[in-house]
Amino acid sequence: MLYFSNLKIFSVLAVIIITLLFAVPNFFGKDQLETFPNFFPKQQVNLGLDLQGGSHLLLEVDTKEIIKERVENLNADVRRVLKKNNLNYSNFKVSNDSLKFIVEGFNSEIQKEISELSMSNSQNILAMGDQTNLIITQEENTVQINFTEEFIKQSVSNAVAQSLEIVRRRIDELGTREPSIQRQGSSRIIIQLPGIDDPDRIKSLLGQTAKLTFQLVDTSVNFDPFNPSKAPIGSEILASDADEEFKYIVKKRIMVGGENLVDAQPGFDPQTNEPIVSFRFDRIGATKFGRVTQQNVGKPFAIVLDNKVISAPVIREAILGGSGQISGGFDSEEANDLAILLRAGALPAPLIILEERSVGPDLGADSIEAGQFAAIIGFIAVIIFMIFVYRYFGLLADIALIINLFMVLGVLSLFQATLTLPGIAGIILTIGMAVDANVLIFERVKEEIRNGSNMMNAVENGYKRALSTILDANITTLIAAIILFFMASGPVRGFSITLAIGIFTSVFTAFTFTRLLISFNAKRLKPNFVGLSKNA
Amino acid sequence: MLNISGTQINFLKVRVITFILSAILIFLSIGAFFVNGLNFGIDFKGGTLIEIETSQEIEISGLRDNLNTLELGDVQVQEFGSSKNLLIRVEQQLGGDQVQQDVVQIVKDSLGSYLSSDINFRRTEVVGPKVSGELIQSGAIAIFVAVFAMLVYIWFRFEWQFSLGAVLALVHDVILTIGVFCITQLEFNLPIIAAILTIVGYSMNDTVVVYDRVRENLRKYRSKEITDLLNLSINDTLSRTIVTSVTTLLALLSLFIFGGEVIKGFTFAMIWGVIVGTYSSIFVAAPLLRYLDVKREWNTTSAVDSTR
Repeated sequence: MLYFSNLKIFSVLAVIIITLLFAVPNFFGKDQLETFPNFFPKQQVNLGLDLQGGSHLLLEVDTKEIIKERVENLNADVRRVLKKNNLNYSNFKVSNDSLKFIVEGFNSEIQKEISELSMSNSQNILAMGDQTNLIITQEENTVQINFTEEFIKQSVSNAVAQSLEIVRRRIDELGTREPSIQRQGSSRIIIQLPGIDDPDRIKSLLGQTAKLTFQLVDTSVNFDPFNPSKAPIGSEILASDADEEFKYIVKKRIMVGGENLVDAQPGFDPQTNEPIVSFRFDRIGATKFGRVTQQNVGKPFAIVLDNKVISAPVIREAILGGSGQISGGFDSEEANDLAILLRAGALPAPLIILEERSVGPDLGADSIEAGQFAAIIGFIAVIIFMIFVYRYFGLLADIALIINLFMVLGVLSLFQATLTLPGIAGIILTIGMAVDANVLIFERVKEEIRNGSNMMNAVENGYKRALSTILDANITTLIAAIILFFMASGPVRGFSITLAIGIFTSVFTAFTFTRLLISFNAKRLKPNFVGLSKNA
Repeated sequence: MLNISGTQINFLKVRVITFILSAILIFLSIGAFFVNGLNFGIDFKGGTLIEIETSQEIEISGLRDNLNTLELGDVQVQEFGSSKNLLIRVEQQLGGDQVQQDVVQIVKDSLGSYLSSDINFRRTEVVGPKVSGELIQSGAIAIFVAVFAMLVYIWFRFEWQFSLGAVLALVHDVILTIGVFCITQLEFNLPIIAAILTIVGYSMNDTVVVYDRVRENLRKYRSKEITDLLNLSINDTLSRTIVTSVTTLLALLSLFIFGGEVIKGFTFAMIWGVIVGTYSSIFVAAPLLRYLDVKREWNTTSAVDSTR
C-alpha cells in the first residue's frame, strides 16, 4: 500500500493541482483575472443570493383563472350553437370546470358542431392529433360538457410558458443584472434577482396582468358615477384606476386589445407637461382603431387596464395613423412602468407571489466575513488539536486538510455550484469531519504498532484495514447529503453540495495525498510520529 | 500527549443507567413536543420576517407596541445579535397567499414613520401558507427517507440486527434533537431540518465505525462473551470516536461563536447532534446489539468483508 508507481504519483498530484488551479481565481479580483492567460480558469465560486444580496421570488400562475376563462369561452360557444339551432335550454349552470344545462332535442349533430367550434377556437393550445377537447355526456335532457384533462393540462402548461416569457420580458425591461427566471413544477416560476434587495417595483410589475383594452363608454344610460345603477346587458361597471369610488359604464365589447400593440414609450405631453405613455398599434390594430374612432367621434372611449379605467377621453377626430397616447394622471415612474407592461404584453393569468426572500448586500457581506473568520478559527483549532494528538502524522493530516479545503473551493468553482451561507457551514463542518478518514487510519496504525508490528507494516496494514470502515462511514453521510440535495432548495441545498464535495475530497486526500506523504518518508517513520510514546 | 488508546472501560456495565437516562430524555422530548411544541419559524408557519439595522439604538417595547397597532395579528420584535439589529416577525395573515405580500409594505411604512433613525433593511422573508405547508411536509419526508435509507444501507452492509440497532440509535438522536428545540423553544426552521439530516449522517457514521469493529471482533474472537466483545469494540474505537467528535465540535463551536446570528440555530442543532450522536453510538447503538442476538458465525470470505 505504501508503494506508489510514478504514474500513480503523477496522476494523484495532477488531480490535486488541477483542482487547486480552479480554486485560484477566487483569490483575485475580476480585473486581475482579466490579465491572466487564456488557458487559466477564471470562474469564481457562484455566490448564492443570501451571500451576495438579492431577491428570490416564487410565483404561481393562477391556473384556476385560466380554466375559468376557458369555461367562459366555451359557455359563449355553446349558447351560440344552441341558439343557432333554435334549441331552448334551461337551468344553464356554469361551474369551475364544466357546463350543465337541460335542453330538448340535443343530438349528435349538435354535439359535433359544439366540438368542432371548440376545437377551432382552441387551435393554439391543442396538441397535434387531438380529436376533441370536450367530453359531452347526456342523460335524457341533461347535458354536461367538460374539457378533457389533457386539454386542461395543455392550457395550463401553455399559459405558464407564456407567463414565463412575459415575466422575463418585464424583468429584462428593468435592466436587472443577471436575473434567473426558471419554471418549477407545473405552474410555478422561480425568479432570482442578484443585487436587488427591495423588489417592490418588480413585485408590482409582476402583480399586474396588464390586460389593456379599448372599450366604448356606454352613453345610452344616465348614471351617477358615485352611485351607479345596474349596467344594461352588454355593458359593465368598471371603477376608475385613480379613484376606486368613481365608476364608469362601458360596453363589454373589446374594440381593440393590448395584443395589437407593437410599442409603448413613456413621455410627456408637450402642452400640459403631464407624463404620458404613447403607443403604436400593428396593422390590424391600427385598422380597427381607425374604424372605431371614425365611427364614434364625439363619444368617450375608455382605456381599460386590468378591469380598471385609466381614462376615458372623448374622441375628437378619427385616429388613422395607428398611434395614440394615454394620460391618466400618473407620475413619470408610473408612466414608465405602464410602458414596460404594455411592451411586454399581458399575462394570460394573474401571478401570485408564494414566497419572497430578499437579503441586502450588507447582510450578505457580513455573512461572508463571519463565515470566513469562523472557518479560519475552526481550521486553526483543528490543526493544533491534530498535531497535539498525532504529532508528525497530525501534521500530515493538516497538510491534507489545507489541500482539501482548497479542493472544495476548486470543485465548487469548476462546477459553478452555488455557495450559500449554509454552504459555508458545510465547509466548516467538513474541516471538522475531513480529518476523520485520517484519524481512522492513524488509530489503526497505532493499534498495529501496539500489537507488535514494525512501523512500515503498521502503516501498510492500517490503510488496508481502515478502508472499508472509512467507506461505510462516509457513505452514510453522503446518503444524508444526497437526500438533502433532492428535498431542499435554495440556501439549504448549498449545504448539501459542500457537504458532499467535502466527503469526496476528504476520502480522496486521505487515500492518496496523505498516503503519498507517508510513503515519501516511510523509512524514517518512528512510532512517536503517530503520537505513541516509545514504551506503548 | 493525549492518549486514549488501549482503554478498558466497561461501557456495558452502565448500560442500564444509560438506557434509563436515554428513556427519560426521550420521554422529556416527547412530553415537551406535546406540551410546548416546536417554535416554528416562518418557513413552516408562514408569515413575514424583516431584519433591520438602525443607526441608533431602538427601544424595542415602544416599537413593538407601535407595530401591534397595525392589526396584523401577532408581531414579535427582538434584538438580533446587537441592539441596533432587530428582527421583526409578523404572523401569517388570513386570506391566502395573495395578502401576505401587503404586510411588508405596511410594516416598512410604519417603521419609516415611527423611527427617526436610518433604517437598513437587511433581510425580508415572506412565506405564504402554500409553501410553508409544503416545506414542513418535505422536511418530514426527508428525515424519514434518510433514516430509512440508513436502515437499508446497514442491513445491506451488515445484518438486520445491526441495522435495527443503528436505526434505534438514530431515532433516539432525532427525537432528542427535536426535543431540545421543544424545550428551549429555539426557532425551528428549514436549516434545522438540514442539521437533523446531517446529524443522522454523522451519528450513523459514528455507529458504523463501532459496528465495523464489532463485526471484525466477532470474527476474530468466536467464543468471546458478547458483552466483553462489545466492550472491547467500543474501547478499540473510542480514541477515534473522541478525536473525530472533538475536531468536529471545534469547527462547529467556531462557527457558533463567530459565524453570525443567521446560522446560530443551525449550528446549535449540529453541536447538540454531534454530542448526542457520539453518546448514542457508544451507549445506545453498541449495547443494543447485546439484546439483538447477533450472528456469531461470520463467513470470513464473504463479499462484505472488504477489509481483507
